[in-house]
Amino acid sequence: METYDITVNGVPKQVTVDPGTPLLWVLREDLKMTGTKYGCGIAACGACTVHLGGVATRSCVVPISLVGSRSVVTIEAMADDPIGHAVQDEWVSLDVVQCGYCQSGQIMSAVALLKSIPKPTDKEIEESMGGNLCRCATYVRIREAIKSASQQLKT
Amino acid sequence: MRYVHTSGNVLNLTRRSFLRVSASAAGGLLVSLYFALPLAAQEGAQPKPKAYPPDAFVQIKPDGKILITVNRLEFGQGVYTSLPMILADEMDADWSQVIAELAPAAEVYKDPLFGIQMVGGSGSIAHSFQQYRELGAKTRAMLVAAAADQWKVSPDQCRTEASVVHGPSGQLAKYAELAQAAAKQPVPATVQLKDPSQFRLVGKRVRRLDSRPKCDGSIKFGLDLDLPGMKTAVVAHPPVFGGSVKTFDDKAARSMEGVREVFEIPLVRGTAVAVVADKFWTAKQARDRLKIDWDLSAAKPADSAQLFADYKELAHAPGNVAANRGDQNAMDAVAASNRIVAEYEFPYLAHAPMEPLNTTIRFDGDRAEVWAGSQFQTVDQMAIAEVLGLKPEQVTFHTEMAGGGFGRRAVPDSHVQREAAAIAKRLRGTPVKLVWTREDDVQGGYYRPMHVHRVEIGIGQNGMPTAWRHVIVGQSLVTGTPFAAMLIKNGVDETAVEGTADTHYNIPNFHVSAHHPQVNVPVLWWRSVGHTHNGFVMETLVDELATRAKMDPIAYRLKLLSPDAKKLRACLALLEEKSATWRNSVPPNHAVGIACHESFETGVACAVEVSIDDQRPRIHRATIAVDPGVAVNPLTIESQMQGGLGFGVTQLMAKGAITLKNGRVEQRNFDGYTPPYIKDAPVAVDVHIVPSTEKPSGCGEPPVPAIAPAVVNALAKLTGKRYRNLPLASI
Repeated sequence: METYDITVNGVPKQVTVDPGTPLLWVLREDLKMTGTKYGCGIAACGACTVHLGGVATRSCVVPISLVGSRSVVTIEAMADDPIGHAVQDEWVSLDVVQCGYCQSGQIMSAVALLKSIPKPTDKEIEESMGGNLCRCATYVRIREAIKSASQQLKT
Repeated sequence: MRYVHTSGNVLNLTRRSFLRVSASAAGGLLVSLYFALPLAAQEGAQPKPKAYPPDAFVQIKPDGKILITVNRLEFGQGVYTSLPMILADEMDADWSQVIAELAPAAEVYKDPLFGIQMVGGSGSIAHSFQQYRELGAKTRAMLVAAAADQWKVSPDQCRTEASVVHGPSGQLAKYAELAQAAAKQPVPATVQLKDPSQFRLVGKRVRRLDSRPKCDGSIKFGLDLDLPGMKTAVVAHPPVFGGSVKTFDDKAARSMEGVREVFEIPLVRGTAVAVVADKFWTAKQARDRLKIDWDLSAAKPADSAQLFADYKELAHAPGNVAANRGDQNAMDAVAASNRIVAEYEFPYLAHAPMEPLNTTIRFDGDRAEVWAGSQFQTVDQMAIAEVLGLKPEQVTFHTEMAGGGFGRRAVPDSHVQREAAAIAKRLRGTPVKLVWTREDDVQGGYYRPMHVHRVEIGIGQNGMPTAWRHVIVGQSLVTGTPFAAMLIKNGVDETAVEGTADTHYNIPNFHVSAHHPQVNVPVLWWRSVGHTHNGFVMETLVDELATRAKMDPIAYRLKLLSPDAKKLRACLALLEEKSATWRNSVPPNHAVGIACHESFETGVACAVEVSIDDQRPRIHRATIAVDPGVAVNPLTIESQMQGGLGFGVTQLMAKGAITLKNGRVEQRNFDGYTPPYIKDAPVAVDVHIVPSTEKPSGCGEPPVPAIAPAVVNALAKLTGKRYRNLPLASI
């Protein structure tokens, strides 16, 4: 067991865990922040996506020992983020979710995309969202919601 | 189609109506037979009264909020919104004040037709539309009666709107003010329902009630549950289904900090080793350190390649008869040049819902509490009770929000719940969350079964089929389960032949039969069940016939459909209207594919525009027409159609197969078994609903069977090849 100081959603946190513990499980079990989801554990589904140092990252394969001083931002912070909030609003407005389990990860990927490319093309949407699995296949509405959020942000 | 007439109603003799007949004739017999629990008192019981106490479904809170209880699991299909809509509409509740909750397991929340509490067969709206309307109307009547008493007027003189009763002289009373007095009113035995023209919510595009918490991370799924003192368990399952633990060495596992218990547990088939730890990650690491010597002597190893070879051999001879019309030997009169002989292969498929399987149980000796996202509350509750030596009523069962399911959470043998109960029994007094990892899920069985179809078609001079001989080979879903008595007829599992044996295509000499080999791989219904493979076979062959006849694929289908296939006819006509423009102007190297299919009493027809991109089908767009009877929430239906088509693409994925070699599953996770990502699903889907006043039917499953045949029908135009083996490994 080792003790780590990390910053999650701007708040300093201290956890004592095995160094190999993935950030995902530190968030979910030690910090009780369950908005970030476990789907596969091998970075193949994107349900665990967080922003690590500003980059969309699969938290299921990042050991806590490698987080270091990089900021960790999760779905729980999106309502207070201007782009995050706009994306959530469009998700609600267009009734994107079905079961909803993957949507934390979808939204984190979408927000990261819009932060780097405010007006993405269809191809850029597909590439950025390409690793986020949705078994309900809400993909058609995800595309629409990203475009719609992009429009909202422009004005 | 075969029909049975009961008390004036025409019932389609499918899975649904078997369950209906059985449930109403025998009450709880369905499950008591299987679990051999002492439920003799229920045998021969009278059909359950169809009166539901409104207070079990509606609570009017002092602040005006109206809490409506949903008697189903919500796992994406939208009943958390659409069932409250139905009730709130008849109740004239203020929709902005409506909140929903998922019902725990209880008698009153059982499906009115199935007789157990469950989600399946696309039956939630179909079976609870009338129930929730009546509940809403009765609640409204009681509120009106309370107001009328107060104002000394007749209830007939009152009207209601947006949670307010209006009296004849301008009196007003909010529902919240009337709630206590209304609760003392007698529950009306019968009640007048609205004329559909008066609906305020039903038929409107109403947004989901659960969107915001699903977008901000606040909603709690079963896997998110956190209870004081809770431990997490994972299980090391045998490498071959049915294997047992011979010996195991847990020294390394137990040496890890945070590991609490390691012990052997029984499985439905074989045994396994459970690891209980303070946290999931610890439990998983500890499981990796177990050294288990397995006894596989009783576990017959399945092998996909060998199974396909065996199935193909079986398919050359007729099996048990599922449908037989006209002259079985008509084929022999057809010249070889006018015949199509087609053989199809379908692999095992995992459901792979996004939320891995899990169940939390706390066992306190004389009672237990359960938290699970279950499609089968009644069945799971009884299984847990049995393992713990309790009566079902001693097991409090909370229905948790579930991250998908697609049938995977409706398991007749409740194997996950039995594992969880066996672990909770050992950890008496401590809540334990059993988590199946994704690897456990992909490798853990309960798949859509493998199938081989062999079809011979004789074609008449006008290009229409005159003879059709069809043999289906695949495991039965229900052998050895309480559903066998209802669903296996003449040795044929209805779920294996649905969509073929009861086809709406009018083929004069038509013979369908089935073989159900026993294989040591657990199988389970997978969203749209037998229609997944039967729809594919029927719609690709009919398309091939249309091409041979040089006819438009929609026109050919309309010609071949029986005149009474009203829903499919309406769907094809609407599809023709809505897609004609784009279908006639697709770019070069793009092609259009068509398919239609009726399942769960809902018709769908779709057209897709497809090209080949990097050796894979690229689905540029889809238009789908659907006839679900009354469209309760067109927005939900739109989402279900879009999502159902996307889900159906699973069948076409290059890695869309579970395969076995020497009894071992060859895939482990989403790298080996790969469902559709955003680039694989249709880019755009426009949904059109046939206007209807017929009773509503389900929408969760019916879109699924349509997409795969539509896509390969388009590919056939691009490549000239017919695709009969899934997954679509190459084009």
